[in-house]
Amino acid sequence: MGRLHEYQVIGRRLPSEQEPTPKLFRMRIFAPNQVVAKSRYWYFLSKLHKAKQANGEIVSVNEIYEAKPLVVKNFGIWLRYDSRSGTHNMYKEYRETTRAAAVESCYQDMAARHRARFSSVQIIRVATVKASEVRRPYIQQLLQPGLKFPLPHRVQRPAKKADRALIIAQRPSTFY
Amino acid sequence: MQGSFKRLVEVGRVVLITHGEDAGKIATIVDIVDHNRAIVDGPTTDVKRQIITYKNVVLTDIVVKGLPRTIGTKALAKFLEKEQVVEAWQKTAWAQKLEARKRRANMSDFDRFKLMRLKKQQRDIVNRQSAVLRKERA
Repeated sequence: MGRLHEYQVIGRRLPSEQEPTPKLFRMRIFAPNQVVAKSRYWYFLSKLHKAKQANGEIVSVNEIYEAKPLVVKNFGIWLRYDSRSGTHNMYKEYRETTRAAAVESCYQDMAARHRARFSSVQIIRVATVKASEVRRPYIQQLLQPGLKFPLPHRVQRPAKKADRALIIAQRPSTFY
Repeated sequence: MQGSFKRLVEVGRVVLITHGEDAGKIATIVDIVDHNRAIVDGPTTDVKRQIITYKNVVLTDIVVKGLPRTIGTKALAKFLEKEQVVEAWQKTAWAQKLEARKRRANMSDFDRFKLMRLKKQQRDIVNRQSAVLRKERA
């Protein structure tokens, strides 16, 4: 469910005479499928180590599933993105149920607020944040005990698009 | 202004699901994700625990008071049985109207015939009585 999945990608440089058992490097990559996950793995690994797809191999790719997908968590995401005139670090918070959903929210949010596309955003770290350590007010407001709010503008939609009436007898009321 | 909104999104609010495969069933809000979504669960009405958007749901007047946030499904079932939430919902005029609409939509031709006969009998009794009263007045 959702566009992005979290993958654990483990790879290493190809073994050689100087290095018969090269070190394994593991990354947690958020990508829509395994192919993109492997590609992003090499993108990041070549930035961090002297290893590229041509002289390395991927040892394993496994999808990481969320342990408790029906529990809402507060995710803090540290990221780095390229704007039109420079590259910046950011810390954003999201209230979601899975890490992949939080990262997907983040990408959509970055695209909306900063016009940053997928390739210009690098997710550095995703971590659950305790309610007392949440930094952003837009998340803190949802963490009050006994939260309750009305839905002030109710738009009544029919259950199926086909059941829409072209003309109705009375002006609809938006009071809930 | 504050008091004009009586139906609030809160933990324990009973909602009627209007879109999706669980349409027509009621469930209880168990946790609020944000201003668009909530986690909803209906163990006594066959609704799996899920995240649902407020757009796919209608708030009802029924609230299960004293429900702790993120209560588990089994504990929620016990709470609902104790408060008799499903019975309270089925007693409301709203639920009965929905039920009547469903029954009318599922009538067979024979049911419609029976309905026609009963309506005729009712009309006959009423008309006979009103004819008698008209004669007395005249």
